[in-house]
Amino acid sequence: MPTATYGETAVPVDDEGFFTDPAQWTEPVAEQIAHESGIETLTDRHWTVIRFMRAQYAEKGTSPTVRVLGKTSGVSVKELYQLFPKGPAKTAAKIAGIPKPRGCI
Amino acid sequence: MSGPHLPYDSGDMGTHIVILGGGTAGTLAANRLRRMYDEHACRITVVDQDDDHVYQPGLLFVPFGMAEPHHLVRSRPRQLSAAVDYKQATIERVDPDARTVHLGGGVRLTYDVLVVATGATLLPEETEGLTGHGWGEKVFTFYDLPGAVALHHVLERFERGRLVVNVADLPVKCPVAPMEFAFLADWYFRRRGIRDRVELTYATPLDGAFTKPVAAKALGGLLEQKGIELVTEFTLGEVDGAGGRLVSYDEREVPFDLAVVVPLHGGASYVGCSPGLGDELGFIPVDQHTLQHPDHPEVFAIGDAAGLPASKAGSVAHFAGETLTLNIGRFLVGQSLDAAFDGHTNCFVETGFHKALLIDFNYDTEPLPGHFPAEVGLPLLKESRANHLGKLAFEWLYWHSLLPGRELPGIDSAMPERGKHRVDA
Repeated sequence: MPTATYGETAVPVDDEGFFTDPAQWTEPVAEQIAHESGIETLTDRHWTVIRFMRAQYAEKGTSPTVRVLGKTSGVSVKELYQLFPKGPAKTAAKIAGIPKPRGCI
Repeated sequence: MSGPHLPYDSGDMGTHIVILGGGTAGTLAANRLRRMYDEHACRITVVDQDDDHVYQPGLLFVPFGMAEPHHLVRSRPRQLSAAVDYKQATIERVDPDARTVHLGGGVRLTYDVLVVATGATLLPEETEGLTGHGWGEKVFTFYDLPGAVALHHVLERFERGRLVVNVADLPVKCPVAPMEFAFLADWYFRRRGIRDRVELTYATPLDGAFTKPVAAKALGGLLEQKGIELVTEFTLGEVDGAGGRLVSYDEREVPFDLAVVVPLHGGASYVGCSPGLGDELGFIPVDQHTLQHPDHPEVFAIGDAAGLPASKAGSVAHFAGETLTLNIGRFLVGQSLDAAFDGHTNCFVETGFHKALLIDFNYDTEPLPGHFPAEVGLPLLKESRANHLGKLAFEWLYWHSLLPGRELPGIDSAMPERGKHRVDA
């Protein structure tokens, strides 16, 4: 399994860089992943989404999709795209240190 | 066949199984349960709001004049065993704690087991502009019968321009149908001799033609071969009917003269009024292997209503039928449930020119090439006439085998491994 190095620590990730073990995540790591994803600064609104996603993952064992986030996080789908322009569910999941949201088909 | 003996309370009317929804899943579940239990062992009641059972796989063909709308609709109760009660009523809400369903007109049904099979509902009004200017004129869906019929009339008069097929966002019923629509449109305009005057675009929220890599490559190749432009990661934010533009949430635009949009889907509206029953989108969050509700053990869900990580497709309801009925039987006699459902899905993908390809997969195994159901069988992930004939033959099987809740000859509920070839995408 591939790893990514944040600070001094090597963290197990999947082929696309999503954490496979959310317990390895820290807030400074989130800032670093955000930079790599092209987001300069994590604002309070970003953190609202990130914390919400981690809580959802802890509760349900899956990462929420954009539509579910728009209905439940208190941040509209439109704003989610402004905060995480390259696909909110995927980008926010990566920054939040949880696995990639599953496409259901 | 008689099922296990069910416990009775003296003076009680016996066990009551209530099935909400008389579509594909509810009908096959009712008929399977009826065969498992004698009439004196339990009552089975099916509730639906109308008497129109639509053969939904046929909707794809209506816009191209390849299916007659009235041939697709039959009576709901007539697909049910005579010993199943059918109640035509609106469902207002379910009170899972009181094990009661509230119907229109103040009628209440109490249950020992509830099966939620009310499918998925189209929610076009949830997308900005979709039902605004141009809806029913140059913006359509073929996911319901009136939409498919209206689209047929418009396609007949369509002489040139840009036709865009778009899936607003997942989940949707029959996720391959929108792509089939694009394939059939290519064929339709070729037959009319105007293909060179029509630009075809397929815009999807996925990052490829399909979620899983091997099928995405095969289907993406077919789109390219047929000259259909593929636009990926396009999550529909707004429809500008007047300006003829689809706009994604990340502000990309796809211009159109005619847009065929598959709207957002949710569960049936009463689910939202039933505390603790459904998830954020109104689907029922049942265990993916047992089909049982995590908080209400007497509640099960099957078909499109279930919040499973599987396709919303009739084949899934069919393959889940065996696990559902077995587990309801086990639940009623206090046995542990069987985690047997593997997410088996089987879809014919119509590609035009009297051909189709077939995909067969489950929760763990993506659609692979090979043959179905074994080494000798229909070709998988490959266009053939045999698959097209299979798709046509399925309509008869639907009414006469699938809805009565019978097994299809030679096809097990669990996905067959044999006949499949592991390949790299």
